[in-house]
Order: sequence, then structure tokens, then C-alpha cells
Amino acid sequence: MQYLLLIYGLESDWLNLTPAQNAAMQQEYGQFGKEIAESKKHLGSNRLAPVASATTVRVRDGKRVVTDGPFAETKEQLGGYYLVEAKDLDEAIALAGRIPAARHGSVEVRPIFTM
Amino acid sequence: MDFEKLHRDESGRVLATLIRLLGDFDLAEEMLQEAYAVALQKWPAEGTPANPRAWLISTARHKAIDRLRRDHRFETKRDEIARNAESTAQPADDFGDDMFPDDRLRLIFTCSHPALATDAQVALTLHTICGLTTDEISRAFLVSVATMSQRLVRAKRKIRDANIPYRVPAREDLPDRIDAAMLVVYLIFNEGYLAATGDALVRRELCAEAIRLGRLLCELMPREAEAKALLGLMLLQDSRCDARTGRDGELIVLDEQDRTLWHTEQIREGTALTESALHSGSKGPYALQASIAALHANAKTARDTDWPQIAALYAALLAANPSPVIEVNWAVAVAMARTPDDGLALLDKLESREQLSEFHLLPAARADLLRRLGKSAEAAQAYRRALALATNDVERRFLSRRLSQLPSQ
Repeated sequence: MQYLLLIYGLESDWLNLTPAQNAAMQQEYGQFGKEIAESKKHLGSNRLAPVASATTVRVRDGKRVVTDGPFAETKEQLGGYYLVEAKDLDEAIALAGRIPAARHGSVEVRPIFTM
Repeated sequence: MDFEKLHRDESGRVLATLIRLLGDFDLAEEMLQEAYAVALQKWPAEGTPANPRAWLISTARHKAIDRLRRDHRFETKRDEIARNAESTAQPADDFGDDMFPDDRLRLIFTCSHPALATDAQVALTLHTICGLTTDEISRAFLVSVATMSQRLVRAKRKIRDANIPYRVPAREDLPDRIDAAMLVVYLIFNEGYLAATGDALVRRELCAEAIRLGRLLCELMPREAEAKALLGLMLLQDSRCDARTGRDGELIVLDEQDRTLWHTEQIREGTALTESALHSGSKGPYALQASIAALHANAKTARDTDWPQIAALYAALLAANPSPVIEVNWAVAVAMARTPDDGLALLDKLESREQLSEFHLLPAARADLLRRLGKSAEAAQAYRRALALATNDVERRFLSRRLSQLPSQ
């Protein structure tokens, strides 16, 4: 059985960490990553870019509608994900628009964090 | 050398090319400022270079390479820029008017990218393409400088973090993206044309910038009929700028304007552009709106207005883009083409069908038609309702004046 472990938190808390707190957290994540890798239970993980970089894609009446910002409806639920390689946001948006759920729900396009 | 004029004329073009070469909005802006600083120092003594634009681009690019060389963290970035710089023809003196016309198109499409919020698209377009300062844009939109600079910072950060590409969109995306770019231009125009508050001069400036952008779209996409129609529409509306407000800033409606104050040269150009768009077969929203504006602008007197054709154009516009504002305008045109009662009947239907209880244009249109019918008591009632809903000061003063001018009931 595979499980997806989703991490929620206040972005402002992350951004306001002191360098020392940040280093401590990095170390904790490093430690956790090492442990689950050794136990062969780690399949993949990524830090996401800040939510301000999010774009939401919907397809309505056959037309793709692109809006700035994250998916914000509270009555719909997270139903799945694709991790894709795209050369830029336009290509990622085009792929998002082809996901069948985009026709009734929404697809949030979030870049993976890069250093 | 008039540096202010140089900045105004060149910064959009130069920045567009620098963003491509450097791959970063902020770095490009900063390096351009540095290049200007060098120009201010050198040119008065050494003379203006034969091609100031090429000089600015190459100076800014060298500054960027120096900067990145000092900063070891950007080694890969520096290599990339060096490669970009090599693959780009060396700026020489024989460049034509537009060295890289595609760069300005790239900039237009990136600034109006749908993944950016609309207010960010507008601010970024004015800032990078038109070269307006943060301070100027914040005054035009009546927000603090801090809010506006935050808006620009966020937009640029999103372009970078989400990797919004700097290129002309793929063929299949192009129609939507052209629409988005035109919408930004029209929003800028309307902000200047319709906003009731704020500095009148700043608002005139916004209309002028929008028209300048409209010309740029036509120049860069000469086969785009709707771009011509958009420019025509803006010129036709702007041609009335001196006639639509009175000495005390009060609103003067179309049929009471002094038509000798309309700018005939703008009307001529706007009408020609509209006709050209129609000849190319454009039936888009801008072509329809421009046609309506052209019919108004070319009527010698209010009485000569071709209302039947205007009503038909509003009906076509409504079929393509249903909206309450257009529907009210359509009803008014029908009233003018036939009888006020026909218009009132359409307004009744609109009122019964939609939730428009907060929409002040509806009672305002009703009031005007009742006034024309001589039904003063009912007109007064409708004016009062419109007054209770209208928030715009200029419109409120206009409605109050109309109300006070009704014959006593």
C-alpha cells in the first residue's frame, strides 16, 4: 500500500525562521529523509515553491481558463496528483488542461521548489 | 540630448531585449538604469552615439556580465548570458528602427500572461512597456506607492518562480493570448476614461498610454483586425475627452455635448481603423464597439445619430457577450430607434429576469426614458433609486442635476 503524506503549514512561519531555526529544521528533514530512505519506504518527495507561484487551471465549455493563485474552493477535495517535467509554465498549463478532472474540478499548478 | 524623451521612447524596447538576454526582469531593469547613468555622464562630453538604443543594450549587457562575474553564485547564469549574448547579433550601427521586434511582443505577452492577476498585468505593462514609474502608476490607480511596488515585486517573482516563459505563445494559444493582451490595454484605457476620481491629468495620461500600446499592438501584429478595432475604439472614445465634462467637472452626456470640441483628426483615424477591421471580416467585440462609437462620432448632430444601426450592433454584441451593461445600452438604443416605450419594455424584462437590484444604470436608463416621455413623477422616482445606488461622484452629480431639472410634478 502506498500513501501520500501531504504537508500543510503557515508559509509565513517558514519564511520567518531565523537562520539557526532554519538550519535546525533542514537537519531534521535531512535526518527524517535519511531514515525513511534506509528503511526503503521513501518513494519520492519535494518541497513546493511558495503558494504565490501557483496557477489554477480549469476547462469550462471546452475553453481553458487560467487564473492566478492556488485552488481555493473548500468544498472540493484533493483527488490525485501528477508530477510532470515541463519546460515552462505554459507547457505545464497545457498538460494540466488535459487532465479530465479539469473539466469539472480544478488543477492547481505548483512549481517544485528549486534552490 | 533629451534624456527624459530618450527614456520614454527607448526604455520599453531596450528593456524588452535585455530581459531576453539576461532572463530576469529585475536584473534587466537595474542594468538599464546603470546604463542610463553612464550615458548621462558620457554622452554630453563624448557626444551621443550613432545608435543610442544599441549602445544602451550593449552597455547594460556588459554591466550585467560584470555584475555576475563578481557574484560567483551565478556562474551557470553567467555562462547562459554569455551564450545568449554570442548567439545574438552584435548590436551595430546599421540596425533598423526595430532591432528585435519580437522582444516587444514577448514582453507584451509575458506581462499579460493569464497566470498573473489582472491588476498585476496592468501594472507590469505600464511599468515595463510604457516605462512609467511605480510612483506614477500608484497615483493613476489611487493606491499607495508601497502597495503598487509590492504588486510589481510579486508579479516579477511569480514570473521567475513559476517560470512564465518569455516568448510569443504557441499558435494554438495565440488567439486567447492576444485577447488577454488587448484586454490589458483596454483596461488601462478605461481606467483613464471612466474613473471619476483622481487627478484628471494622470487619467489623461493613462488614455494616452493605452492608445500608444494600441498602436504598438497594431504595429507588431499588423494582420490582427481586432487590434485595429481596439485602437479605433479608443481613439473614437478619446476624441470626446474635451466635451464630456463641463467647467466644474460635471458629466455632459453624448447628446448634449458641444460637438465642435470633438477631435476630428482622432475621429477620422478611428473611423478608418474601424472600417479596415470590418473589411478584414472582424466581427469581434472591439469591432462592434468601435462601429457603435464611429456611428456616434460621425453624426453631425445628436438627432442625426443612426440609432437603428446602433441598436442592431448592440444586439450583435449582446449575442456574443451577454452582459447587463450591454443589455441596458441595447434597450436605450432601441428606445431611441423606435419609441421610449419599446425601450422601457426591454428594461422591464431585464429587471424581472436578473438579480440587478444593485445596478444603478438600470434605474438611470429608465429615468431618462421616462423623462423623455414627460412622465416626471415616475422619472423622479427612478432618478432617486439610481442616486441611492450610484457610487461614482460625477455620476451622482449628474443624476441629481437631472432630478432637479424635472418639471415640477
